[in-house]
Formats: sequence, structure tokens, C-alpha cells
Amino acid sequence: MPDVSGGQLLSGWGRAGATRAVVQTPPDADAIVDLLSAADDRGIVARGLGRSYGDAAQCAGGTVVDTVRLAGTSAVDAAGEVEVAAGTSLDTLVRHSVPDGWFLPVTPGTRQVTVGGAIASDVHGKNHHVDGGFCRHVAAMTIATPTGLRRVSHAQDGELFWATAGGMGLTGVVTSARLRMLEVDTDRMLVDTDRFVDLDGVMSAMEGGDDRYRYSVAWVDCSGPIRAKASRARGRPGVGRAVLTRADHARAEDLPSRLRRAPSPPGRPRLGVPRYVPRGILNRASIAAFNEAWYRRAPAHREAEVQPMWRFFYPLDGVADWNRLYGRAGFLQYQFAVPPSCGDVVTAVVRELSARRIPSFLAVLKRFGPSSPGPLSFPIPGWTLALDVPLGAEGLAACLDRLDVMVAESKGRVYLAKDSRLRPDVLAAMYPRLTELSSVRRRIDPDGVVRSDLSRRLGLD
Amino acid sequence: MLDAFGQPQSAVVLGGTSDLAGAVVRALAQRRLRTVVLAGRDEERLRSAASSAAAAGAERVSTVRFDAQEVGDAARAVDECFDVAGPVDLVLLAVGVLSHRQDELNSSATAEVVTATYSWPAVALTRAASRMSEQGYGRIVVLSSLVAVRVPRHNFVYGSAKAGLDAFSIGLGDALSGTGVIVQVVRLGRAPTKMTEGLPGAPLSTTAEAVADAVVAGLESRAQVVWVPAAARWVALARLVPQSLWRRIPG
Repeated sequence: MPDVSGGQLLSGWGRAGATRAVVQTPPDADAIVDLLSAADDRGIVARGLGRSYGDAAQCAGGTVVDTVRLAGTSAVDAAGEVEVAAGTSLDTLVRHSVPDGWFLPVTPGTRQVTVGGAIASDVHGKNHHVDGGFCRHVAAMTIATPTGLRRVSHAQDGELFWATAGGMGLTGVVTSARLRMLEVDTDRMLVDTDRFVDLDGVMSAMEGGDDRYRYSVAWVDCSGPIRAKASRARGRPGVGRAVLTRADHARAEDLPSRLRRAPSPPGRPRLGVPRYVPRGILNRASIAAFNEAWYRRAPAHREAEVQPMWRFFYPLDGVADWNRLYGRAGFLQYQFAVPPSCGDVVTAVVRELSARRIPSFLAVLKRFGPSSPGPLSFPIPGWTLALDVPLGAEGLAACLDRLDVMVAESKGRVYLAKDSRLRPDVLAAMYPRLTELSSVRRRIDPDGVVRSDLSRRLGLD
Repeated sequence: MLDAFGQPQSAVVLGGTSDLAGAVVRALAQRRLRTVVLAGRDEERLRSAASSAAAAGAERVSTVRFDAQEVGDAARAVDECFDVAGPVDLVLLAVGVLSHRQDELNSSATAEVVTATYSWPAVALTRAASRMSEQGYGRIVVLSSLVAVRVPRHNFVYGSAKAGLDAFSIGLGDALSGTGVIVQVVRLGRAPTKMTEGLPGAPLSTTAEAVADAVVAGLESRAQVVWVPAAARWVALARLVPQSLWRRIPG
């Protein structure tokens, strides 16, 4: 049989659809330029820690550049800026910067992503409505392209800078970036929590009050009719009960004296998931039970609770490899954004999932602020909802196809960093500025060698 | 590329004129299939299969001719299909010739059945596997039969060839582990098609549409063996029947 020793099977965080590529771990930016300029039409793409849910960091039959050896950070300077090698994880970065009082300006729900990956997905956090996406806080970055190494910023080749921000790695390999960090006084958060019986309630609370907090996120229960029946009996609408948490960084004077100390780095994961998990542990019943317990645990209303920031930002980082819980079949995450006036689309999606009895873990609901200039950057002002669904749920593929149409018709889009199944012909409606991306790509990659399974699947080549 | 549900955007169908293959192509075109290469012997029937694939939504449909009696030509035919299609997400193998009882002791009829049902497909699958392995990914779906599970007295020539192909495909799938290529065997009850015209109906029979739905669902599940209808999996118990009894079961 064919010799596969030169290749490695890679899949996304959702663990579906592994493909084989030759994985290279070049030591520095120049070696990456060499790999890029030697690449052919089998393609080449960067990969960080593999946290994209779908096929963004895979390149079947081609080359995958693992950026693990691009590691290291400078000290944070007085202006709060730090130069970070792109293969550095956000975990490493905060361990380095937090003791000096510098935190990430924008952080996703896990620290286990690289700086390069955070740029390629233009990741967002619970503060998008205030602070925008990750790349807004990138002062400059270095990109290895098939035509050489380029240093870009908002002012210097802003076109390439913004095509790379959220560009899913399709403009080359980010090798280093200069980040503007956020100064924090302590490692605690002051958290307000509110519980809502339905989606309408939580959404109007968010519209009314989010602006008073730097961080805001709601967890929505999309579990199916089991609960809807009970809610109807109580005469309630019953779609999407939710828990809203909003917070700000605590200043030293907000805290009791025993908590007033220099910020300390996060702990290591204490739990793990074994390599082999039997099928179907996460099914409709267990997911509904989990969602129920989680909702009951939350207080109806609580103000200014002091929480460690690591627990607030990264509840799942305490469990290593939690994606294995979904078993061999894997799972996917569906995340979309719609304009502010299209809150009804969010409700319709939750209603559809619950009516189709599609098992879904707590969905995450957020309001986005202004978008970035990146043609492929996901956030647009309005609402975003993200939910995890095990693969194998009956009727899931067709259901998501219908949701895509609904989202596209309301001038919304799905998040490509999470995507593994979007219909290619819907993409252009969701991202109307695709031609800007392709003209930048033609300029810096005339032979079109930078490509991924995602770009092939969506016809982005 | 395949999506997270294992749904192909491009497919090569070996035996593209068969009714079952046509039904599968139509079902796949409902999902993500856009590029199809139909390979078969009869030019006229290829043309009509191509137009029904296009009507079902496939945008790029081409045809390649081969003769399943020409084992030496199998690799060429597969290469031609891959070269026409570009990266191939799915290879569907639906090639075979049914045997007839009156030909049981006819050596040339045996040669014809065994060549078209086992030898040509085995060579073609080998070539497809190596092309897909170069791609770093792909699915191969082999239409097998319940007769491959335990070869019936009345149909042993075809049954034995199918049994061989079934075993070959399982082995090929195991050999491809780690390459990104997955082989799936679909074991079918009898479907009323051109191939079975004039034969009596049988228990555990199925329809072309049921086969198509099962293939689509099977791609999603990535199961090594897909049974159609699902209850057909109990046919595996037929292996426990003593041969002296088995040979008396009427066909």
C-alpha cells in the first residue's frame, strides 16, 4: 500500500473529516518563505493548535506548516505593546504578561489558540461590543508569503493586513505580531448574573444594558421539547431560557484586602478526557440534563460577584481534550451573526433546533459591535449565536442548510473558523467582499499555492 | 472536498449506467455533488445517465467508457476519470454481471461474471485507492450484496465473485488506514433494477431510492459496512446454517 510515512492525518477540533498532509515545522520565518515559494498546486497552509472546528488548517495532499517553533514574546513595553511570535499560544502569552498586569485585549473562550490563529480567524471575545475583534489590537504583523516576507500594519499595506485579519490563513503564514495589551489591576472579575425564562427577555436586557459592561455573554438553552412542554404548562413561551453574565475587571479597591495582590497566571487543566470514549455519551437526554442543571445552578439575579478571571473567561480550559467527549463521530459548531434588527432570526434558529429535537449544548449569545475592515472577518454589528451539535443527529445537515439561507437572507453570515459544511454557493451572499480577498491573494501569491481544505470546499481558490 | 457530513462535491461512478448508481447520484446532487464522471460501457445509456444527473443538479457531468471484461484496461479507465474530474471526493463502484442458473457449468459465462464482478472492480479499486491516497483524502463506496455474506446455491457464481469483492474492499479499507481514504461496503438486499428484471421478488428486497438514502446516510456515519435494508444485518446469521440445509434453500 502507499507509503504514508511522509504524511499525517489532520482534522479540526470537531474531529470530522481528517485528511492527510505533509506537516513541516520550520524553525523561522525565512524557512517558511522557502516552503511557500517551493509549494505547488497541491497547496500549503498554516496550522497552529488545531482549534478551528472545521477544515481551515488542513491541506489534503499538500503541506501544512505547523508554527509550533515560532515561539516567544518580547517584554510588554511601557505603552503596553508586545511583539509575539505567531506560534505562541495565548496561554503562554498571558502567563508571561499577566504577572506584570497586562491581559489580552480580546480573548476567545480558550487560551489554547496561537496568536497566528487568532489573527487568521480575527477572533472575538465577550467584549466585542466595546473593543471589537482581535486584529483591531494588532499594531503590525509579519506575514510570510510565496513572494517574500512582509511587515504590514493598518497604514502600511493595510490591504494585505486586513485581508489577513480573519482571512483563514489564505494570504500566507503570519510569523509575528505586535499586540496592544490591556492593563489590569487584579486577576479578578466583578460579575453580574441574571436568569431569563426566554430569549426575548435576555435579548432586550442585552440591548438595554450591555453598554455598561466591558464583557457580556448569554448562555442559551436550546434543548428541545422536553422543557418546552413544561414551560407551556406554566403559560410561558418556552423558547431559549438563558443566563446572562456581564462583568468588568476588578480594580484593587473593589476587592477585600486578602484578594488585593498582583495578578497570577492560570492553573493547569485538572481534568482530561480519555482517548477512547464510547459513542453517544453526549445524546439528547444527557445534554438536556446538563442544560437543566446548569440553568438551575445560576442565581436569578446576583451583582458584583468576585470571580477569578481564568474561570470567567475560560470555563472549558479546565478540561483538556473535551472535544473527545463527542466520541468518534465528532461534532460541529454552528455560529452565525445577523444585523441588530434581525434578533428574530436568532429566535427562529433556536425554535427550529428545538422543534427538530436536535441536541445542542448551551448556545452562546452575544452582541457584536462594529466590524473590522477585513473582507473575510466574521463579526458584523448585531447578534451572534454559537452552538455545538454532535454529528449524527437526525436531519442535522438539511436543518443547517435551511438556517444558512435564513441567515444569508438577513444579510448575516456564518463563522468560517467554525465551519465544516457550508454550501459554497451561499458564501458570496454572506461575504460580499470576496473579490477584495482574491485580488490581494493574486498579488502576493500569483501561483495560488496558499490554500486549504476549507478554501477548496468553499470554492475560494 | 467532503464536508463534515461526508458529502462529496465531486464523484466518479464506475458502472454509471446502473439504476442504483443513478439513484445515488440524484440523491448526492440534492446535497453537495456538482461534478460527476460517469463511467460505463454503453454510450447511449451513459448519455441518458448523464442527462439525468444534470437534471438532478450536477453542473459538470462527463462520461468515460470502459468494458468490464478488459481487466488490463481498468487502471486506464480510472485514471481517465480522475483526470477529468480533478480532485475526486467519492468513488462509487457499481459494476457487476449477474449469473444465471442455466449457465452454472458454462466456463465462458463464469469467466464473464467473475471478471466483471470481481477482477475488473478489484483492479479499478486498487487504482482509485492509490489516486485518492495521493490526494490525501477520499471515500470509496462499493456496492456489495447480501449474497456476499453467504453465497446461495442458486446464484453461486455471482455470489462468490461478490463475496470476493466484499472481502477485497474490507481489506483495502484496512490497508488504507492512515491515508485519509475511507472504504465503505454497502451490502444490498435485492433491488428491482435492470439487472434483476424477470427475477422473482425476494425477502429483504429494497428499492433504488432506499439504497441511495442509505448511501447518503452511510457517508455521514463513516461506517465500514452499511446494510440495506437495515434489517439485512441479521443475514450475517446465515453463516451459522449448516451447508447441508443451506443448499436446499430455494432461490
